[in-house]
Amino acid sequence: MTEATLTSRAAPEGTVLIFSGRLDAEAAAALWTAMTRALAAKPNVIDLSDVDVMDSAGAILVLRAGDAVAVQGGSADVLAVLERNRAALKAAPVPSETPREFAPITRFGGAVYGGMQAALSGIAFAGEALVAALRVMFRPRLFRGGEFLRHLDEIGLRAFPLTLLLGFLIGLILAYQSSIPLKRFGAEIFVPNLVGISLLRELGALLAGVVLAGRTGSAFAAELGTMTVNEEVNALRIMGIDPMVMLVLPRILAGILVMPVLTLLMNLAGLTGMTVVMQSLGFPWSAVSNQLQQWLSLGDLMGGLFKSMCFGLVIAAIGCRAGLSAGFGPRAVGDAATAAVVGGIVAIVAMDGVFAILFFRLGI
Amino acid sequence: MNDETIIRVENLAVRFGPRTIFKDVSFEVKRGEVFIILGGSGCGKSTLLKALIGIVPIAAGRSEILGVDLAQADAEGRLGLLQRIGVMWQSGALFGNMRLSENVELPLEEHTDLPRPAREALARAKLGLVGLGDAAGLLPAEISGGMAKRAGIARAMALDPPLLILDEPSAGLDPITSAGLDKLILDIARSTGTTFVVVTHELQSILAIGDRCIMLDKEARGMIAMGKPRELRDTATHPTVRSFFRREAA
Repeated sequence: MTEATLTSRAAPEGTVLIFSGRLDAEAAAALWTAMTRALAAKPNVIDLSDVDVMDSAGAILVLRAGDAVAVQGGSADVLAVLERNRAALKAAPVPSETPREFAPITRFGGAVYGGMQAALSGIAFAGEALVAALRVMFRPRLFRGGEFLRHLDEIGLRAFPLTLLLGFLIGLILAYQSSIPLKRFGAEIFVPNLVGISLLRELGALLAGVVLAGRTGSAFAAELGTMTVNEEVNALRIMGIDPMVMLVLPRILAGILVMPVLTLLMNLAGLTGMTVVMQSLGFPWSAVSNQLQQWLSLGDLMGGLFKSMCFGLVIAAIGCRAGLSAGFGPRAVGDAATAAVVGGIVAIVAMDGVFAILFFRLGI
Repeated sequence: MNDETIIRVENLAVRFGPRTIFKDVSFEVKRGEVFIILGGSGCGKSTLLKALIGIVPIAAGRSEILGVDLAQADAEGRLGLLQRIGVMWQSGALFGNMRLSENVELPLEEHTDLPRPAREALARAKLGLVGLGDAAGLLPAEISGGMAKRAGIARAMALDPPLLILDEPSAGLDPITSAGLDKLILDIARSTGTTFVVVTHELQSILAIGDRCIMLDKEARGMIAMGKPRELRDTATHPTVRSFFRREAA
């Protein structure tokens, strides 16, 4: 087989483009620019007499000339490939470009509209969950206890090691970092106060929430998203089973119940980490214990635990909603998981801000 | 069809752990043939197909496609061969985040130096060839199962491979769509000289498009028949082959 070439010559019938050799994808790529230049000369005829072999890419190259240019020569096989691709291209018109006028305004409008739709759908979801909860209260046998226990195990028990590790390290880091400035004033003994109050009132619940959002919110979204994509959720609806009762309620309830436990563990592990640091700084266990008893109140602990229950509810609900509203295709599940994690973390931080103002006003 | 051998399989066996899926499978596929691998559910049809293209490891025997033994080939030889084979997967296996035209353009983008306009035109031509000319801009989630199979064939044909392998092209399709797909396969085979290896258990398709076939059997853990589908239907003496072609309970 010879290398493909493209030449032109003047003839009585006008400019003739002459292809030769093997017109395959490689040749089409190599001759594409030459063909662009050749077409500028407005050829009248394309001669394929010296073409040995032509594939679809070669045909596409020749067909760039359009129907007005006559084709001459070429073996039956070459002409068959050319005509097949000509017919196929006619059957596939060039898709029209979507007008992009005022794209920034359109995008802004789309974002506002999308945000409003999401907010409305969130409210609808909350309403549906509430109705489902009321239905279960009046007909408790609808509640799937086995599912609920499975979720307690998966999002609670299996998250204990991670929660303990994170809590211990956070307590350790906070204690070390706060001891440096306090040491200047000889006030290292107040490290337990600072770490204790931070953990019990804020960080314990917040970090447990981040663990729950990252570990469980995404898992909820992925699991329910896969079920949605596979039409399992539709199958439930068609069977007259409310997905809110079967899929969402057990998860939300598990989230509400598990979060205070995780928060408590996070607090305990954090205080342990802080105690290790205090001991390394020369303070005995009794001094740390004394500081904690003097300065921490039951209200600090209970406030944190109450917040954690609210965080659990919101994270589980956002995870479930992200999964149930997943779109189509393989990306949908990934998008749902991302939306669950981001939405969960943003929601708990925003809620924590609201709680901070509320607790301050109430003097808690 | 001519006498050039496109696929040569000799005493092929595949095992998953201690379980033998099939053994002693031998056949040849000639250029331009529509060759069918048929058999009941779970007999190893799709596994045989995957073994042929090197996805499932071979326990014994050898297979040669277009003169290359995939098991022995180095990386370059393997890549070269894979560029000359088009595979349509049972589900279509279209990339969900790409439009149909982008799905077809992907192999062109990876394996050729064609400029973008050429790739786009070629993708349109391939989609036009399978009757999806007006669906180039759609996502796989927006098309029907039959369209997905057609798009899978268009993608498999992107590089004009001399061999197309189709895994259950008619599965899950209505008879009209299935017949349309059979016609498409025959049209492509006859007009382009492409060799087809089709895995299916759809009797209508087997009889409509198959030049030759082999039949695998779950009980025998191997091949129990080879020949022209209509001849097997009319003359086979093996009870499983007769049951299969006559749609009788075994």
